[in-house]
Amino acid sequence: MVETILIAAAALVALAFVLAMLRFLRGPHAVDRVIGFDVLTIISITGIVLVALVEGRAIYLDVALVYALLSFLGVIVAARYLEGGEE
Amino acid sequence: MARSVDSAKLFGLLLLFWLLLNGSVAPGTIGVGAVVAALIVVFFGGSLSFLSGHRLTPDALIATLFYLGYFLRELVRANLAMARIVLSPSLPIRPAIVKLRTRLTDPVARLLLANSITLTPGTLSVELKGEWLYVHWVSATTTDPEEATREIVSGFEKYLEVMYG
Amino acid sequence: MTGPFALIGALIVLAGAAFLFLGGLGLYRMPDSYTRIQAGTKATTLGTLLVLAGAAFLMPGWWIKLMLILLFLMFTNPLSSQVLARAAHRAGIRPAPETRADALADDQGDAS
Repeated sequence: MVETILIAAAALVALAFVLAMLRFLRGPHAVDRVIGFDVLTIISITGIVLVALVEGRAIYLDVALVYALLSFLGVIVAARYLEGGEE
Repeated sequence: MARSVDSAKLFGLLLLFWLLLNGSVAPGTIGVGAVVAALIVVFFGGSLSFLSGHRLTPDALIATLFYLGYFLRELVRANLAMARIVLSPSLPIRPAIVKLRTRLTDPVARLLLANSITLTPGTLSVELKGEWLYVHWVSATTTDPEEATREIVSGFEKYLEVMYG
Repeated sequence: MTGPFALIGALIVLAGAAFLFLGGLGLYRMPDSYTRIQAGTKATTLGTLLVLAGAAFLMPGWWIKLMLILLFLMFTNPLSSQVLARAAHRAGIRPAPETRADALADDQGDAS
């Protein structure tokens, strides 16, 4: 029962990933792509946590934490760049 | 005086974070954590001051709890509202970028306010200029700054004022 | 992954996944950058919160690390959304035509 529910959850997360990926590919503006990327990384973090649950390995949680940290920095840097050095 | 209290708070916070990450309180872990936390406080204390601005009085801690409760309730409401919009075929939105004024002066309190606004029903902070906040509002009911302030900001402001007063 | 709370945990995870899906849908359907950020950031924050909370029910021993991830995301997720919204406005992206007012553009018009 629990396994089945988790698989359904994984399927929903995968669908969300596909939708965010479509936004990432479509743009139209670079900002829209970064927004898509931002959402993609958060969905991936949830995905990693789901994998950790299914595999029963806590080490993946450290991966998720570091991934969250790096993707946040990535988005901030991309946004600073898009602002175009104003101020 | 205030500076050394801030440093102690920052040190405690960093050490706590380290211990939680490790999930152990072995003497070696505490030792390494204490040394690293002390080094961070000495070298980067100035730029990390945003971590230690929170007041530690009982009032402030109670306000923090109320703030969290209010915040979680608003977050759920925000998501239900957003789900309704996203799932309806006609996409019923009436967006506007409105201007609000905040009474908060502490930079961290302002940042938390902006963060909270972003996660509450239909609103997204776009720009923060001094006491003025520019907020994108998906289903705007007004474009008047005073009214918008009352509707969006007031709920959070009263807790944040106590927490960072 | 057994125990009395496993089923509750799995259902919470499922609810979180549903919100993530809604976030993805909103991100795809919304007409301009600002509304996309709105849909994306809110749904993913609650979605992740629920998935991590559900995971804590399934694996009680992991709760500290799950809580750290959660705290970090709760703070950074809205922050990156705001920075992106600001970047969008500074990059000159105008809101969708149905937007009723843009106080920020008005004020900048006054200044320059």
